[in-house]
Amino acid sequence: MSATDEILQRDCLVVDDSRVVRKAARRFMEGFGFTVREAADGSQALQACRELLPEVVLLDWNMPVMDGLTFLKAARAEFGNGQPAIVLCTTEIAFEKIVEALDAGAQEYVMKPFDAEILGSKLAQLGLLQAAA
Amino acid sequence: MTNDDFAEIAGVVRRRSGIVLTGDKAYLLETRLGPVLAKFGLASLGALGQRLKQRPDDVLERAVVEALTTHESSFFRDGKPFEHLARILPKLVSARAPGAALRIWSAACSTGQEPFSIAMLIADTLGPRPECRVEILATDISAEILTRARQGVFTQFEVQRGLPIRSLVKHFKQEGAKWRVSPELAAMVRFEERNLLNDLSAIGKFDAIFCRNVLIYFDAPTKTRVLDALSRRLMPEGVLYLGGAETVLGLTDRLVPVSGERGAYGISTQRAAA
Repeated sequence: MSATDEILQRDCLVVDDSRVVRKAARRFMEGFGFTVREAADGSQALQACRELLPEVVLLDWNMPVMDGLTFLKAARAEFGNGQPAIVLCTTEIAFEKIVEALDAGAQEYVMKPFDAEILGSKLAQLGLLQAAA
Repeated sequence: MTNDDFAEIAGVVRRRSGIVLTGDKAYLLETRLGPVLAKFGLASLGALGQRLKQRPDDVLERAVVEALTTHESSFFRDGKPFEHLARILPKLVSARAPGAALRIWSAACSTGQEPFSIAMLIADTLGPRPECRVEILATDISAEILTRARQGVFTQFEVQRGLPIRSLVKHFKQEGAKWRVSPELAAMVRFEERNLLNDLSAIGKFDAIFCRNVLIYFDAPTKTRVLDALSRRLMPEGVLYLGGAETVLGLTDRLVPVSGERGAYGISTQRAAA
């Protein structure tokens, strides 16, 4: 069975070296009905994806060991372009950085700081949440 | 603030904007009129009520109305009307008389997210050189808010509410921590100060009108008056989009719901034939 076949619906992987950010993101995503796993860098995130491919990854850019962009490229090479949905959540807000992440296969991009409304809006655009009426 | 003072302020707001302030909205006056009191050197809401009662003051009345007008907005707000417009755009374009422009009106445009969302939708749907001219008229009762809207500059927080990242990259330029709409997008939208209670015949007719979350602030007779005025600005095949909590039912027979499209209304066929 391929990793793609093992997608667990409503499973989210939060990847950030800040425990505070992971905690906040967990709270938002659990509020949207997702179960949440956490990783502190790109390497841990790749391992977590190999164990069980999540539906969506919230991905920081600047992390030790393996940064977000390196993870993004590795994940697309290993798992393909469809799954998981990858949303950058980062303080890197320069136009060129956003384009670089989109070119590498990110589906959406959240500029920190963010709140539940912004995150929910981005997930709705990806069809992962129902848009607010 | 006495009941008379509240009635005086509410009366000015209703006369100038149609917005009905009931007694349970007194807190709005407390929270929003502070800067107006400071600007005009008034000690309290009571003093404001007295001033308004003593003599007409266009500048002060305008400031009061602007402070009490709600400017909540976001890009592609509520999604559905934009999806519907994208679907019917080809039909609207092909229905144009030769040389006529496709005209869309954002009737309470606030800080500009709605008209610029419409502009993005048209640019993405019809391409950079559509086969007909496109005019987007964006109006609001507030001159102050229109000044902001005309700038076409949005904060990082604003561009993340409802705007897909690819649309941001495609249609905006980054300026420090803010984002400015592209010159192409800005050129598609014309901003004008307009009060929906005034004569609107000079602005012509439209293929689509967005007037969302405006009627909820009016009483029933004012809703009817505004809906009738909007229906007269609509082309025979045009569509009026209202907010999710708004309806024409029981208010006018000039407009009927578009089947299966919540919040979308067209001209009644009986009316069109009349």
